[in-house]
Amino acid sequence: MNRPLDDIDRRIINRLQKGFPVCDRPYREAAEALGIDESDLIERLRRLLDEGVLSRFGPMYHAEKLGGGLSLCAMAVPETELDEVAERVNAFPEVAHNYARDHKLNMWFVLATETPERIDEVLAEIEAATGYKVYNMPKQEEFYVGLHFQL
Amino acid sequence: MVLNDSDNRLIAAIQDGLPLSPRPWAEVGERIGLSEREVIERVRALQEAGYIKRFGIVVRHHELGYQANAMVVWDVPDERVDEVGDALGRQRCVTLCYRRPRRPPHWPYNLFSMIHGKDRRRVLDYIDQITEELGLQEIRKAVLFSGRRFKQRGARYR
Repeated sequence: MNRPLDDIDRRIINRLQKGFPVCDRPYREAAEALGIDESDLIERLRRLLDEGVLSRFGPMYHAEKLGGGLSLCAMAVPETELDEVAERVNAFPEVAHNYARDHKLNMWFVLATETPERIDEVLAEIEAATGYKVYNMPKQEEFYVGLHFQL
Repeated sequence: MVLNDSDNRLIAAIQDGLPLSPRPWAEVGERIGLSEREVIERVRALQEAGYIKRFGIVVRHHELGYQANAMVVWDVPDERVDEVGDALGRQRCVTLCYRRPRRPPHWPYNLFSMIHGKDRRRVLDYIDQITEELGLQEIRKAVLFSGRRFKQRGARYR
């Protein structure tokens, strides 16, 4: 059972979702702004990552600029086969995350590939591995990205 | 800015996360054969050129008590999609808003928004409020709550 978050954890999470300094002692700089010790910040980040409260701590890359492909994909899978199909889909390293959703299209995942051309190839490989059609819905326009959770 | 070999090594070295030590860039530098100073300079250059959008943490929203997340999708006439997309993106509870292609016959929706909340009731209330406030009652929409999470991790690039 995870320890409940305390006030300091919450402040760390709220603040570090917005950014992290790039300098030779970034933890010290961030910790000062939070009014805690550098070592305390590092320990807490380690614990939050270990406990799975945070999924990662690092850079957010611009996939398209790095020459990669990125897309949102969906499949319609019979309920009884969801687990098996999810396992096959997740086995592809290009699948970044994958959620069940309540719709006829009930499996939704994000594909991130090294090159844009790989998207179509991986889609075809997933179709071959699962026997189900994959609907590819790449981003055409971005109106807002601010995924940020205030605690 | 064109990426060189050491940029690519740097991008690969940190994609799973920053070292949790007081001098993280010195540690990264040791792994890829650059000095701490060089690493920091390259990281700043990558950030300024937009290859790195930002540094920070990514939360598992479920673990933080945001138990409900709905993908709310709208079938907006093409000529209105910019206007409605901008308006949705300005709503506080909307965390992502993208235009994506329709995939008939199963999928007539072209505007995707993501709404997170502590529970489903609250998310549905937000959706009602937005629909009314922006006058979107006539626009066909669907609310897809997420069920199980099969996988969540960052994308890999190198």
